[in-house]
Amino acid sequence: MDAPDGRRDLPPIILLVVYSFNDSRRNIVWRGFTFKYYEKAWNTESLIEAFVNSLAIAVVNTAVATILGVLVAIALWRFRFPGKAAYEGFMMLPIVIPEICMGVAMMAFFARVGWPTGLPWPLTLSNIMIAHIAFSFPFVAVTVRGRLVGFNRELEDASKDLGASEWQTMRYIVLPYLRPGIIAGALIAFTLSLDDFVITFFTAGPNSVTLPVKIFSMVRFSVTPEVNAASTVLIVITVIATVLAMRFQSPSRRAGGEEG
Amino acid sequence: MAEGQPIIRIREVTKRFGQTVTAVDDVSLDIREGEFFALLGPSGCGKTTLLRMIAGFETPSEGQILIDGQDMSKVPPNRRPINMVFQSYAVFPHMTVADNVGYGLKVTNVPKAEIRERAEEALELVKLGGLGGRKPDQLSGGQRQRVALARALVKRPKVLLLDEPLSALDAKLREAMQLELVRLQHAVGITFVIVTHDQNEALSMANRVAVMEHGRVRQLAPPSELYEFPNCRFVADFIGKMNLFEGRVAGISGEEVLVEVKGLGRFSLPGEGEASGEVGIAVRPEKVRLRREKPDEDMVAVHGKVSEVAYYGGSSFVYVTDETGRTISVNLQNEARTAEPGVTIGDELWCAWKPRDSLLLST
Ligand SMILES: Nc1ncnc2c1ncn2[C@@H]1O[C@H](COP(=O)(O)OP(=O)(O)OP(=O)(O)O)[C@@H](O)[C@H]1O
Ligand SMILES: [Mg+2]
Repeated sequence: MDAPDGRRDLPPIILLVVYSFNDSRRNIVWRGFTFKYYEKAWNTESLIEAFVNSLAIAVVNTAVATILGVLVAIALWRFRFPGKAAYEGFMMLPIVIPEICMGVAMMAFFARVGWPTGLPWPLTLSNIMIAHIAFSFPFVAVTVRGRLVGFNRELEDASKDLGASEWQTMRYIVLPYLRPGIIAGALIAFTLSLDDFVITFFTAGPNSVTLPVKIFSMVRFSVTPEVNAASTVLIVITVIATVLAMRFQSPSRRAGGEEG
Repeated sequence: MAEGQPIIRIREVTKRFGQTVTAVDDVSLDIREGEFFALLGPSGCGKTTLLRMIAGFETPSEGQILIDGQDMSKVPPNRRPINMVFQSYAVFPHMTVADNVGYGLKVTNVPKAEIRERAEEALELVKLGGLGGRKPDQLSGGQRQRVALARALVKRPKVLLLDEPLSALDAKLREAMQLELVRLQHAVGITFVIVTHDQNEALSMANRVAVMEHGRVRQLAPPSELYEFPNCRFVADFIGKMNLFEGRVAGISGEEVLVEVKGLGRFSLPGEGEASGEVGIAVRPEKVRLRREKPDEDMVAVHGKVSEVAYYGGSSFVYVTDETGRTISVNLQNEARTAEPGVTIGDELWCAWKPRDSLLLST
């Protein structure tokens, strides 16, 4: 409003990114370009610790949720079993129910089973990882399942007809066909986990703070340029992952062709 | 010519889907080594289902399938000595042409050098030499089909199954591929079993044809026998054009059956002694002659008026409607080079044919 250069009118996200480079603590006017706050953020041990936690959770979550999601998608596509439709609907629940409910439920769950606390480092994150996997694998399953719908089952028959076993058919025919869907699903799982605040907030203990939770605790006092810098890093990683996910899902990347 | 041993024996095979659908109904037939065998029938008659049972993708509800003397009931598709060309071709989209062709060898652990050699050979065979590096989406429909063929042939199967291999091609290419398939079959000497709903395709390519209806085989015979001696109304009507009259048996003398057809009178034709009661009398359009004068007594004749003439270049179909409203189709060869039509709509004339050119159909 009163800023002479009008930067106040920029969209908040851009403003946040811009101010992370602003050489001013008060962030009202532009005082020149600096990397200072990135350096500062880098030197803030608790921030880095939270960042490392976030990455570790995201990586483990991506690996497990992707494998689980792909297996579920293939099982739902491949087999008929009683209650399949019900299970398919059930699987969608984590996608549709409010995150806050998931968070509360998860917290109650871990309290009930008496999840051990005070474990050594990566294991301190295990409950968050489990919570993340539980809510993100359905996204992978749905993405992969979407791709499977377009799969020409004669390809599978042809593979077996040519002498391939069930496993070889999976490995050489079905999985390569699913690859774009799997990659897209994995990237979605990665960004969901990296960004997640609500569910993490309910499951995190004092020793397992993630970047979003840390940022939240920092802005309770004031929005410092370090927070802007940390947020910018989070934005960049998320945007890159999302762009990649979209590229893998877009029709031009579909190696499918040949239908019809 | 194809007088080999049976390579595939189908014995009393029935396939049901659920409670209500019987896709294949008590089929028994033998396919001989080295022959070009066609399964012909209208849509939904169970051709694909029968083929998929031979390939092992469906299990018979009843009956037995033997390939090369071996019972196949416990043998999965990947262990059967046969290969299939699918209706959609099912060329693997993410592999090059060469990898597609080599796939069946790779998964059975054939050494790399041999794979390359045999894949190249197979591609030469289907005239795709030099295209091994292409991806399937860089090929035309006809080329993709050749890839599917090469991919199956490279396995050196005892039998090659083809499900409507030509239905996706345009008319011109289809005709070329018909000849190509026959050439290929001669070259490799493998038994071919082709599924088609196109009678021309079956008649022109196959040594023997099984005509199916509602899951049953109605007749199994070489093409000329199917055409000239159909054993039932369905086959007579399905293969080529046929004039069908309803009549009844008036008497039997030795090898001859005396029939009576309303409007055509009484005449005898060759037939088994079993015929009785209501029967069908059939005659092909090209066996019928058109006469301006009343024909001799020894011809079957019916008087009528030309209701339509369809000109096809090499021949014409003339449709004659008689007094009872029946339409008889007559195929005229356009032998003389003239632009003058021989018959025109409204002409009154006689349709006549030799009694023994007509056929007695009891079912
Ligand atoms: N998996 C299946 N489940 C239920 N019914 C089926 C199945 N497969 C085939 N059928 C039915 O069995 C019958 C025969 O089908 P089939 O595909 O063998 O016919 P077709 O002769 O190949 O026909 P087309 O010429 O149209 O390909 C059809 O009535 C079809 O609906
Ligand atoms: Mg079919």
